[in-house]
Amino acid sequence: MANAREEILGRIREALKVTAPKPHFKSESHGATHSINAKPWLPDGGETESARLELLSENLAKLKANLIRVPNAAAANQALAQISQTKNWKKVAYHSHPLVSPAAEALPCEKWEVGASLDKQKLEGCDAGVTSCEALVSQLGSILVSSESSGGRSLSILPHVHVVIATTDQVVADLETCFKQVLEKHRSKLPSMLSFITGPSRTGDIERILVLGAHGPKELYVILIG
Amino acid sequence: MSNAKDIFLKEATTASADGPQRIFINKALGGYYANRDIQKARYRDWEKARDAASLAKWTAVNDLANTLETFVKKFEGNGGKVHWARDAAEARNIILKLIADAKAKAVVKSKCMTTEEIHLNDALEKAGYSVVESDLGEFIQQLRGEAPYHFVFPCMHVKREEISALFTKHLGTAPTNSPEELTMIARRHLRQLYVDADVGITGANFLIAETGQISITENEGNARLTAALPRVHIALSGIEKVVKNLDDLSVLLPMLATAGAGQPMTCYNTLYSGPQQPGECDGPKEFHLVLLDNARTQLLADPEQRDALHCIRCGACLNVCPIFKNIGGLAYGTTYQGPIGSVITPHLRGLEQWNHLSGASSLCGACTDACPVRIDLHHHLLHNRRNANQASPNLFDRLFHRGFNFVISRPRLFAFGGRVFRFTLPVLKKIPLPYLSAWLKTRDLPPAPAQSFREQWKESNHG
Ligand code: SF4
Repeated sequence: MANAREEILGRIREALKVTAPKPHFKSESHGATHSINAKPWLPDGGETESARLELLSENLAKLKANLIRVPNAAAANQALAQISQTKNWKKVAYHSHPLVSPAAEALPCEKWEVGASLDKQKLEGCDAGVTSCEALVSQLGSILVSSESSGGRSLSILPHVHVVIATTDQVVADLETCFKQVLEKHRSKLPSMLSFITGPSRTGDIERILVLGAHGPKELYVILIG
Repeated sequence: MSNAKDIFLKEATTASADGPQRIFINKALGGYYANRDIQKARYRDWEKARDAASLAKWTAVNDLANTLETFVKKFEGNGGKVHWARDAAEARNIILKLIADAKAKAVVKSKCMTTEEIHLNDALEKAGYSVVESDLGEFIQQLRGEAPYHFVFPCMHVKREEISALFTKHLGTAPTNSPEELTMIARRHLRQLYVDADVGITGANFLIAETGQISITENEGNARLTAALPRVHIALSGIEKVVKNLDDLSVLLPMLATAGAGQPMTCYNTLYSGPQQPGECDGPKEFHLVLLDNARTQLLADPEQRDALHCIRCGACLNVCPIFKNIGGLAYGTTYQGPIGSVITPHLRGLEQWNHLSGASSLCGACTDACPVRIDLHHHLLHNRRNANQASPNLFDRLFHRGFNFVISRPRLFAFGGRVFRFTLPVLKKIPLPYLSAWLKTRDLPPAPAQSFREQWKESNHG
């Protein structure tokens, strides 16, 4: 049997012998500008830190995510306890992280630190997952989690509520900057999953009417320190 | 006359005569238009963003062999395995074998049009596996035993009462008219299935050559669960999905969301670069990617329409298309509906059988204006018409155009012909003539004026 890979690549090379003209545009120069506000035609991400924080909170609100701003770690722990109380959590899963562990350990309910391996059946029975994140993108209101920063792949998606604890210096202006940082930080090896979470899980499949909590978390909280 | 064409004509005629259904579809799209405009307004220059998006895809597609090879090397370096499939049958066989090797019983799928293209579900069910579609819209369509209506909004034509009845019948749940409750029924039903499934099958929206990652865009979280819980993850992707780097993705991801669903970003945009890594607590043990050609290289070989491979399947061209809005998605009889489907289906499945779709267009160009990657959709419909005519010339068309050419280049003959035509029109209306009688079936022909335009022009002092 002929090798499918060679055959397909062969077909591609043959097809590309005839060139297609490069698209020409009225507007010129799309090269990266490398300013803090790169790609100045995409949605704005904010030039200054305060502008970025303002945009982030605006975007998260529109996405129906809950942002709680706190001055320090102690206040973050309190904020988490508060949510846990109002929601009457029985069982919470979290992953080990300097921002997350102290807050989760102080909760007055059953706690489970996701360790080297994860029991998916057990996780399914948890009310909430508490994680840290890689970055927050003010331009879009997105939160970047990874299999490294957020306790694997399932902790941030299977429980009904997802709480992210982060600091204001993790806020970046736009997607482009965020990718650059990720590549820099994980230069030797990328986490096997990187996921931009933009609001709680949603669907519009029934008559295009928005419903939150299709399969992933129905509620998303961001506790932002600083 | 081809079979696909007859079915199309019949289905399209029935669907377009269904007034209430057309109103329902237009209402469903109303919210999309509003949100899309709000999000587009957040771009500092949407047109420049379109330029950049189209350039990103052009660059990758016109260097496809190298881009793919770079991608595959990186992907395999990360611990995934790549399988190449020349056509649908080969792709199905590869996937069936992977599932058999994994000794799997239950398979869970997240939304992926490419699996529709290769008719994977039929093959899996024939082989005895239980397959469940986890995207809510796809789940509903699977229960209905119907193909997706729209490749982004699969069940946008179904009313909540019908969904409620469907769930009562198949899942035994109490009837409800609330979209929220209906969604929760599906959520509860599918949850345990994820946990129990051995194999998860997903698509891919982008393949990133720079890093060897695959990127999956979704709103519900079902793809994330599908790629997290089962022990084997199989992704299926067309070869044209590859882009050069993450920087290109930083343009394409927001644009896909805005053009396709009026969102700033789709809820989950996830990059996967391998199976579970040492030190990670979960994830699949195996990660396979099936790269599908299935006639994409034929489209690639046509430089005039090569840009149709730039498509990021956002669905914007369907949402603005007057034809789609009137005949709906099922009438097309294709995996990819709407303008992009009419452009590419003749390449993927045969010009002779499928060129009629290119005729079903008002050539208004709304699709081309909507396309975030600037595919010249409505001109490609014309290109398909021309190609079809060149491949098998229509004798009537040829004679008609020759005759027309002859007459119109002779002013006196033209004037005389016009007079004859005006005079005989009442009679012509009644005889079944090709094209004319089909046109008149649903339209009134106004009575002919007494004078031709040229005569009127002369009389009104202009002459
Ligand atoms: S052709 Fe353009 S508008 Fe249509 S689905 Fe593809 S990318 Fe979207």
